[in-house]
Amino acid sequence: MAVSATETAATRVKTFLEKRGKGIGLRLGVKTSGCSGLAYKIEFVDAANEEDKLFESNGINIYVDAKSLQYLDGTVLDYTKEGVQEGFKFTNPNVKDECGCGESFTI
Amino acid sequence: MALLQIAEPDMAGNPHQRNIAIGIDLGTTNSLVATVKSGEASVLVDHDGRKLIPSIVHYGTDETIVGNQAISFRVEDPANTIVSVKRFMGRSFSDLDSNITYPYKFIASGDSIQINTRNGAKNPVQISADLLKYLREIAVEAMGEEPTGVVITVPAYFDDAQRHATKQAGELAGLNVLRLLNEPTAAAIAYGLDSKNEGTFLVYDLGGGTFDVSILRLTKGVFEVLSVSGDTHLGGDDFDHRLFCHILEKCALSQLNDSDSTLLLMKAKSIKEQLTLSDRASFNVVLSCKKIVNFSITRHEFEEIMLKLVQKTLLPVKKALRDAKLDKDEINEIVMVGGSTRMLLVRQVIREFFNKEPLTSINPDEVVAIGASIQADVLVGNKKDDDWLLLDVTPLSLGVETMGGLVEKIIPRNSTLPIARAQDFTTYKDGQTAMTIHVLQGERELVKDCRSLAKFTLRGIPPMVAGQARIRITYQIDADGLLSVSAKEMVTGVSSSIEVKPSFGLNDGDIGKMLQESITNAGIDIEARLYQEAIVDANAILDSVEKALFADSDLLEELELSKINNSCLKLKIAIAKPVDNYRSSSESLKHLVEELNHVSSDFANIRMDRAINKAFSGKKVSDLE
Repeated sequence: MAVSATETAATRVKTFLEKRGKGIGLRLGVKTSGCSGLAYKIEFVDAANEEDKLFESNGINIYVDAKSLQYLDGTVLDYTKEGVQEGFKFTNPNVKDECGCGESFTI
Repeated sequence: MALLQIAEPDMAGNPHQRNIAIGIDLGTTNSLVATVKSGEASVLVDHDGRKLIPSIVHYGTDETIVGNQAISFRVEDPANTIVSVKRFMGRSFSDLDSNITYPYKFIASGDSIQINTRNGAKNPVQISADLLKYLREIAVEAMGEEPTGVVITVPAYFDDAQRHATKQAGELAGLNVLRLLNEPTAAAIAYGLDSKNEGTFLVYDLGGGTFDVSILRLTKGVFEVLSVSGDTHLGGDDFDHRLFCHILEKCALSQLNDSDSTLLLMKAKSIKEQLTLSDRASFNVVLSCKKIVNFSITRHEFEEIMLKLVQKTLLPVKKALRDAKLDKDEINEIVMVGGSTRMLLVRQVIREFFNKEPLTSINPDEVVAIGASIQADVLVGNKKDDDWLLLDVTPLSLGVETMGGLVEKIIPRNSTLPIARAQDFTTYKDGQTAMTIHVLQGERELVKDCRSLAKFTLRGIPPMVAGQARIRITYQIDADGLLSVSAKEMVTGVSSSIEVKPSFGLNDGDIGKMLQESITNAGIDIEARLYQEAIVDANAILDSVEKALFADSDLLEELELSKINNSCLKLKIAIAKPVDNYRSSSESLKHLVEELNHVSSDFANIRMDRAINKAFSGKKVSDLE
């Protein structure tokens, strides 16, 4: 089981962590939410939790809790620009359906 | 898909909101309002640039005047100028000290205190609220926005009635009172003593009219008040009064009228304040009888006069130590609070008693407000909780049962207490008038795998089409770990609630086991959840199709009707079928739901036409406009 980040995403994460002045990496996770099953979360990490799994990818640390990993296995995190927006994007092979806004998905 | 940004640890899901938190030291003599800006706590100033707002409310003919501008009315119009209203908070007539004469016209209304002012009867809560409104205005002016939440400090010895009255005053002033905080705890927080994790601290708070000693113990980041002591009528005012008597004696004055007394008292106060910086102070005034008073005093003379009064403060200090069963050597830090601790004599007496330098680096007038603002900042969620005082956390998530035996989590595990979270739910059936709220604890997705804490029913929901009602379910856990769950129908406002202690009967081992199970069963759990959701969807569409058939089946051709009936039957069989694989069962349910949707779509269109025809038939076009 693993998750990874593209080089573009990793560079961005490094810059953000530097600007923030603290933090040991990035947390990717899912939370069960409302009507449409699952939603992604992406956060800075100051301290790892006991149940976290650590993955290294393109020089950044990615922490995923054991429960979320079940749904994120094989996921690649990318950073892209779409029109005026830019931000992180999950490519998750487990996903069957996404809702319109894309923030929520089912597997 | 939407592009995401990185959130602060555990803050995901709270998109960028500007949360303004303020701390209010609602004092007997003076009040202050503080906030945290860019990580630094500071006291806000009023439009005159003053931080210390006198706790004075003057009810004038045209308007209510609060703070500095109300000072002069103490002399001009004492009956309508309320000072030290904090002394009346949550008190009854029988609690009042009969030795003190007040310039107010009290109204006899049972045992509760009411003051008759020019603007009618005012109770202490209303007067405090007027004071708090003014402080709120200062904050709004300084921050450009309404504060999101406020922490108001109260003396550690305040009882429930007094705390309740203070909270009420805050709410009446339109403030969102997050919490009342003990004044000594706020002072200790301002000095960052909470970051020490362990320690015993004495807070010496000599304010304008009251003297409080509190001994706090900090264990694992949680403050506990070990003992409180003090003198409710000892403070700066007494020093002023003592000096005032000395002036009367020295200048051979007697039989002063009210306004002359007040004038001389203000002069005495100013002399006292000057003597903290200079060695000598003096004044000249002309009294109403045209008599001229010249007075001069050295710091040494002043301290001689005051020594007895200052030493009097050591009695409550000793009592607090005795009550806490502590020796004075066991006090790690002494925190000085209150304007009167600026008096060099006070610091000297304390230093000599404890043989230790007291903490005085933060302005003693501001230290409580600063501590309150730091706490407020954490409570509105501007700061990561574990950077700071860890009060207590929820060991397991708390949720509510939704259709199909699923658990919707409302408060996630490891949330810092106190916390409140709300979520809106709706009805599942047409005309549903009641909803059972099943409170659950645990990390699993299905009700049967979580721990049931409580169940209650909200009744009186007005009959509506399924999905129209809005029922807000609020989970609130207070600092003592008490969970209260309330459900409120948002249109009619009918509500119902229950209280439970969520950690009751669970030990660390149980909690660990529940967490482990949620991880090992994560995969099967989510499939089970999706299956249950598919069942809920299937039942919902069956319900609506059957209702439609009952009402309008005459619109359908024989063949079409049998197609729909057939599709319904297949779906019903699938729902009833025992499951051996959640995933494939979900798939086939979804497939059958789609099929039913498809075969009934024409029927839905015809029904819509009929409904429109019914609504408009017999009406002229002009009626429809």
